[in-house]
Amino acid sequence: MDLQTLTYIIVGTTFALYIGIAIWAKASTTGEFYVAGKGVHPVANGMATAADWMSAASFISMAGLIAFNGYGASVFLMGWTGGYVLLALLLAPYLRKFGKFTVPEFIGERYYSQTARIVAVVCLILASITYVIGQMKGIGVAFSRFLETDYDTGLYIGMGIVFIYAVLGGMKGITYTQIAQYCVLIFAYTVPAVFISLNITGNPIPQLGIISSMADNGTYMMDKLNMVVAELGFNEYTTQVLGSKLNMFAYTLSLMIGTAGLPHVIIRFFTVPKVRDARASAGWALLFIAILYTTAPAVGSMARLNLMNTIQTGQVGDPAGNLEYDKAPAWFKNWEKTGLLKFEDKNGDGRIQYYNDKNKDFAAKAESYGWKGNEMVKVDRDIMVLANPEIASLPNWVIALVVAGGLAAALSTAAGLLLAISSSISHDMLKGVFVKDISEKNELLAGRIAMAGAIGLAGYFGLHPPDFAAGTVAIAFGLAASSIFPALMMGIFNKNVNRTGAVWGMIAGIGVTLLYVFQHKGIMFIPGTDFLGDMSANWFMGISPNAFGAVGAIINFTVALTVSKMTAAPPEHIQHLVEDIRVPKGAGTATDH
Amino acid sequence: MSNSANEYWKANLRLVAVLLTIWFVVSYLFGIILVDTLNTIRVGGVGLGFWFAQQGSIYTFLILIFVYAKKMNALDRKYDVHEDEGE
Repeated sequence: MDLQTLTYIIVGTTFALYIGIAIWAKASTTGEFYVAGKGVHPVANGMATAADWMSAASFISMAGLIAFNGYGASVFLMGWTGGYVLLALLLAPYLRKFGKFTVPEFIGERYYSQTARIVAVVCLILASITYVIGQMKGIGVAFSRFLETDYDTGLYIGMGIVFIYAVLGGMKGITYTQIAQYCVLIFAYTVPAVFISLNITGNPIPQLGIISSMADNGTYMMDKLNMVVAELGFNEYTTQVLGSKLNMFAYTLSLMIGTAGLPHVIIRFFTVPKVRDARASAGWALLFIAILYTTAPAVGSMARLNLMNTIQTGQVGDPAGNLEYDKAPAWFKNWEKTGLLKFEDKNGDGRIQYYNDKNKDFAAKAESYGWKGNEMVKVDRDIMVLANPEIASLPNWVIALVVAGGLAAALSTAAGLLLAISSSISHDMLKGVFVKDISEKNELLAGRIAMAGAIGLAGYFGLHPPDFAAGTVAIAFGLAASSIFPALMMGIFNKNVNRTGAVWGMIAGIGVTLLYVFQHKGIMFIPGTDFLGDMSANWFMGISPNAFGAVGAIINFTVALTVSKMTAAPPEHIQHLVEDIRVPKGAGTATDH
Repeated sequence: MSNSANEYWKANLRLVAVLLTIWFVVSYLFGIILVDTLNTIRVGGVGLGFWFAQQGSIYTFLILIFVYAKKMNALDRKYDVHEDEGE
């Protein structure tokens, strides 16, 4: 059976499964739409959280960034897992004790202010929509490859499917669907990794494969990779940094804090039965996430090794050592169709030269070989995971499975985020502030309209995403890190922070982060509207826009604490509220008021 | 705040401080700040610093959360602030 038919069958079957579950568990009340009934077991909740969490950024994009940035991409690995420690230790149990539906609801009550609630809603929507843009990029890549069309068409089809999918169900449907999606995505991620690790190192466990030696000789796999990339003028894989050490520090911090500030993850901890379940739930979620995250370094490094070896088939410098374009494998030609992989025969020898032409020391050597520049003019990082099984010549069913897994990851996260967006508009804005007597039916309708609007907006930006999927998502984390997390943490750990402090803290934090991102990536990410180019020379202390959330968070804390000192302390009943959420005793079920 | 609730909160903060110190050490210190020094020690085919940045920190995070959950549940009982059974 050919690859495309097989992909249709596997993707079709998994979609039928998700939609079937969504219909079976269709949300009928507003409560169920936002938060699944309290009966969700911590392990099941952990698995659903993991699916919710691991998006196109983790599944499709991250290993590609690891492949090309080596050690530098550790920021994603540490950043997107370490945030769970913050979440478990600093937020989850207290928010569960508080026992409401949404994050802005907590902020509104703790800071006894509708303004605080509205500011939180705005921050949350900004972060969530940016996050969905990243998903759209991933979905566009997956659909364009699978349907063999260009990226834009893939994106439009993806938007349609996300729309049908997310608008149908609510949280309850999503929780069960997400468990199914987790199973599909983790299977799809680990199977090719096991095959490839076995091929290259003889060790079937990818986590051990990366520290093992090559199957054909005694050289360690990582040493071999370092050698292969260095021979072509690229930076050494295991030591190349992302910008600078300071940038890596800020990047990691921004992703960690952002993790603990993203509404669609936090909302998960409202749904567990007890406070003590909320503590363990974060651990279960991280366990399921860690299976993918500890496999990713193997996927990235081995994909890079295979890619280099496919193109540089022999000795560097020997004219016959480079792959002839006419003999390029099918995956190469297929990805060319999407426009995400581009080859240009600069020296007209009919062979592919892939090397680092920005490396001055290597340039002289390349010239002596008769090379006229790097001929792989575009290798979109986001294609690596999907192309990986093809590059390794794995069976077609594995390739089809990876497409299904990537779509599962992107869809589950997009749905969770859209839900967070819709609940913040219909529940926090309309019911909470502007139209207090709205009927349940209209509230649900408003939520669904908000979802559709968000999909359209994110899809529009997805046509010209500000970065690769994982980079775009990193910006979303920066926005959440600089606004929501500090407000939540201070709300629990510092009784003296008052409404004025919290509001100005959030505005200052997200304001600075957003300005910095726009300054380098264009206003509203529109290309050409950036007033400072996106290059390290223009960055503040070498910190990239993707990492700036860490600075925004520090500004938020500083402003909030300073302003709170200068203005009136929070009223007595708020102090009692804080004391009350600090102890688990007396936690009720998650209810509406 | 009553005395016992105060002590419970302080014990909680102490536990969180210890765990977050470990959290910082394995990721920021081992994985970024001291990475070059640690890379002189090898774990199989990779440097220890690289290993912490891409593997070890994640395993440690997992352990930290489960230790926290276990210790906090014990603290809840010690200070009698745990949730009622069968609630």
